Formats: sequence, C-alpha cells, structure tokens
Amino acid sequence: MNFLEVLKMAFAAMRGNKLRSLLTALGIIFGVGAVIAMISIGQGASKDVSDRISSMGSNMIIVSPLRGTRLSLDDARELLDRVPSVTHAMPYVSFSATVKWSNQTHDTSIQGVTEDYTVIRSAGISSGRLFTRDEVSNRELVAVVGQTVIKELFSGKSPLGEKVMIKGKSFLVVGVLAAKGSSMGRDSDDTILIPVTTAQRITGSTQVNSIYLKAASADKAALAVAHITSILNQKFKRENTVRVTSQDELLETINTTARTFTIMLGAIAGISLLVGGIGIMNIMLVSVTERTREIGIRKALGAKRKNIMWQFLVESVFLSVAGGLLGVLFGIGVSRAVSYLAKWTTVISLSAVFISFLFALAVGLFFGVYPAYKAANLDPIVALRHE
Amino acid sequence: MFMLQVKDLGKEYSIGPNKVTALQGINLAVEQGEYIAVMGPSGSGKSTFMNILGCLDRPTQGHYWLAGKDVGARNDDELAIIRNQYIGFIFQSFNLLPRLNALENVALPLIYRGLPAGERIRRAREALEAVGLHERIHHLPSELSGGQQQRVAIARALAGNPLLILADEPTGNLDSRSGAEVMNIFSKLNGEGITIILVTHDEQIARQTKRVIRFKDGIMQSDERTGQPNPLHTQLSGGVVNL
Repeated sequence: MNFLEVLKMAFAAMRGNKLRSLLTALGIIFGVGAVIAMISIGQGASKDVSDRISSMGSNMIIVSPLRGTRLSLDDARELLDRVPSVTHAMPYVSFSATVKWSNQTHDTSIQGVTEDYTVIRSAGISSGRLFTRDEVSNRELVAVVGQTVIKELFSGKSPLGEKVMIKGKSFLVVGVLAAKGSSMGRDSDDTILIPVTTAQRITGSTQVNSIYLKAASADKAALAVAHITSILNQKFKRENTVRVTSQDELLETINTTARTFTIMLGAIAGISLLVGGIGIMNIMLVSVTERTREIGIRKALGAKRKNIMWQFLVESVFLSVAGGLLGVLFGIGVSRAVSYLAKWTTVISLSAVFISFLFALAVGLFFGVYPAYKAANLDPIVALRHE
Repeated sequence: MFMLQVKDLGKEYSIGPNKVTALQGINLAVEQGEYIAVMGPSGSGKSTFMNILGCLDRPTQGHYWLAGKDVGARNDDELAIIRNQYIGFIFQSFNLLPRLNALENVALPLIYRGLPAGERIRRAREALEAVGLHERIHHLPSELSGGQQQRVAIARALAGNPLLILADEPTGNLDSRSGAEVMNIFSKLNGEGITIILVTHDEQIARQTKRVIRFKDGIMQSDERTGQPNPLHTQLSGGVVNL
C-alpha cells in the first residue's frame, strides 16, 4: 500500500466531512496566521525604530547628563578638542513653544543646534541655508524650519525671509529643512532649528540638554564612547555622570528589545497554534470512534496496524498542512491589512512563514499520533460489532 | 492434505476473575471445494469459531492449520496478511464502506495487498461481473438494494481469489428473493470449486449446502455430510504469500 493511496484516502475523508474539516483546520489557520502576523508586526516595529535611529545620522554619539550633571557649551568644545576620534561636536538644547507668523500659530519643538547639525544628524537643507558659525556665536535670531511647520504656519508658501515669533522674539527664517518623514507617530519635520546660544538665552540657562558628536568612523565610535565617558567622569570627579550612547549601541539595544518583543508575540500566537493542534486531536478521536466500524472492516479485509495508523495520521497531518497553508495566506493578509489600515510597518519574514508552517505540521503529527495509534490498535472483532 | 484443519480447538475468555469457555475440543477437517453450514443457537460458540477460522481471533487451546500451515499463534499483522490473501468475508450487514462506490469497495482489500491501481480495477470489475453487477459499479452502497449490496460484498470477497469464503448469516438481512439470489451465487461459486463456510439459522439455507455442523454450548454436536466437495475448476491465485 503506497503513500499516494493513503493520501487519496485522507483526501476522500476530508471531502466527506467538509464543514468539520474546515472548522478543525480553522484552529491551525488562526494559529499560523497569528504567528506570522504578530512576528511581522514585531519585526516591522523593530525595523521602524532601526530606520529612525539610522536616519538620525551616521556614527553619531549622544552624551546625556545623568543625576544633575550640568553640561555646557564648553564641554562640547572640550570633547571635540580632546577626543581625536571625534570629528564634530554639537551642543543641543530643545524646548517646545508656540510659534507665530502673521495671525497663524503652531506648537512645535524648537531645537537649539549649531552649524554642524546637517553633518551630525545627516539632515539636508532643501532651500536657503543653515545658520553660520558666526550667527551661532553671536546669538543671532535666525531659524531653519521643517516641512510640517511650513505647511501649518505658512500654508505651504516659502517662508524664506519671513519673520516668526518664538517666545516673544522675532526670528528671521533663513532656511528650510529637507523632509525626513515620520515614524512611530513622531513627525521629524515638525521642528524649528535655532542657534543653540540663542536657545540658551531664551530659556535663560547655560546648560545644554545633550551633546551630539560624530565619530570619524563606525570602528572608532566605541573607542570615542569610552574616551568621552572617562573625560567627563574625571571632570565631574564621580562615576555615572553622563550616559554616552553610540548609535550602534542604541541600535543594538533596541534590536534586542524588539527581538524579545517579537519572540513574545510569536510565542503567544504559538499557543493558539498549539490549541489548534488540540482541536485536531479532539476531532481525530471523534473520527476514530465514529469510524470504528470502518476500521473493523478494513482490518477484516487485511489492513495491517500500520495501514490504519498511517491512514489516520496522514489525515491529521493533511488537516494541519492545509490549515498551515491557509494560515500563511491569512497571516500575510492580516499583516498587509495592518500596514495598510494602521500605517504600521510590517515585515513578513520568510523564516517566520517557514517556521510556523513547519510547527503546524509538527502539531498535526504530534496530535495525530494518539488517535491514529488508538485506531490501529482496535480489535477487529469488537470494531466490526460497533454500531 | 486438508485445506483447513482444527484440532482440539478451544477458546476461553476472562471476564473479570471468571473464565468463560466459548469453545472446547473442536476437531474439524475441511477439504478443498466443500460447502458447509454452521448452525447453532446464539451463544453456542459458532461466532467464536468463525472468528478463529477467519483469523480475526486466536484460539487459546489447540491448533489451526490453514493450507497446511499453523496459523493459530500468529501476530496481528501476520493474521492481517492471511485474512487479506486467503480469506473472503461476507457479513450479515454487508459492511461496505458507505463513501466508496461498488468498484472501490470491491478493490479495497487489493489496496492492502499492494496491487497497482490498474490491476485492482481489472480484478474488481471481473468480480462484479461474476456477481452480475457490472452495470452498477459506480453506485454507492446507499444507491443499491440490500441484495445488490450483498452481491458487492461477495464480489469483494472474491476479488482477492481467496482459498476460503466465510459468510456470517449472509441472507439474514435480505428478503427471500435476494436471499435466494445470494444462495445461487454461492452454489455457483462452490460449483467452481471454491470452499464456502456459512453461518445460518435457517434450515432451508443449510439444506442447500453439502455439510452441516451444529454447535451447542461451545461444543461441536454434530457433523453431517449431505454432498461431495466440488473439485477446483478455476485456478486460484490466492497463495501469493508464504504462510
């Protein structure tokens, strides 16, 4: 008795009980679908964050103060002088404010930066210019605006040469930032850049929120991080004065977190796949009981234990494989729908598709063994007498 | 050499702590081409006897030789092969698979013999023709009358060219006309030299056979011969497997 014969039998049994087969496979369809959709959402979120961090600038290092450490403009200058693996250093101040132009107002985030902004943050100027070194040191009232601000405040018209009011001061718009788009609900284009010195004057503080640096290369970033940390710890004469994060580290951390998150989502979805498998076992046990007489007849006609075993095992694997295939389509559909309707990034990974499909197959095999074993071991005399 | 022989055959069941003797000290020898009726009240042990002859059950005492080989103590799979190759079963309630058509039902035992599809179909068609059902080969059992279903079951038993046909009250669920048809087929098959053992309650039916064995309380009461066994006319190809 060859395998094709067994497949035909299994297929005929499926066809004979269409609704039941569909309902049984549904458990697997949802299970596999959920695993694929969840992993695609998890990986999508991870990709989103990674892209966002990458778009912040290459080889970037961020120094943030910890536990009341006060960083100043001088610290940025000192780090640039003393750390040879660093090519640029930019003090950074940010606050949010309501910006006025003509009779329009718009709430946005104001970032105090320097002329190195475009280099460090890998940003572009689409028209006009960034402020100069002189403008930064002279605390000039100049601003570079993002695309969203143009849309909201200037109704899309060119803002170059216009004056905007920020915290009661009138700023001349000298440039426009190139669009960066938004990710994870944060709009990178909803911002206005002003010189960091001017920002400090407005906030009335000599502190900076953080210092952005650019390492000469990705290889040197780790060295620079260690160097910067030790310089600042020495300077403030205590440990843990600042948190120094390179972009790679940040990516690494976030990827690790995202992976954990994805595995968790996948595992939760995997449980539903397991439940689907129990559904298969349940139905196969019912099927064995229902078909006791059939088993008796087959045995009387010369079916061996393994023939009966295979027949039922192939049936349950058939159910799980069919459910698995439909589940893959379902999962891809859900993932597409989520990215279309909720505008989330989703990444359908081939490995997730394969693994969940193989898992479905394994579930069918595992939960099919007991019913098949039970069927194979029926006594033909008892089975024939069964009504 | 007898085609079938049992010696001091016995069967005991344990029901809880009690032992129940279903069969005791049965001796019987059957030649090729015999046509035997097994009779007896229910509980007389005739079903147990038929199950053992059909290799669905094993004796607890004595020996059973089929085609000269001791088949009394074989394992389940060996017994399955013997059933498949040497024995054709016919049941009172037909026992056809409801989802398979007549042809597929008849070909079913040949699947377990491992024959290729073409060969199975050819043999199944021949067997259906032999019972006069060649026009209904694609009908499901539910689309056939009781008599026709029983003829499909006979065809299924024949398709494997068995040494021995065992029929358990084959006319029990049939009206008298269909029953007579079935008995005619049996007579014809026996005329061709096929050995048939059937269980019946009906003296009328028993009279059509050539030997009547009566059971009572697990013991063989009588064994009377009313005719001579038919010599084998058609060459059967049953003995494919070495027992």
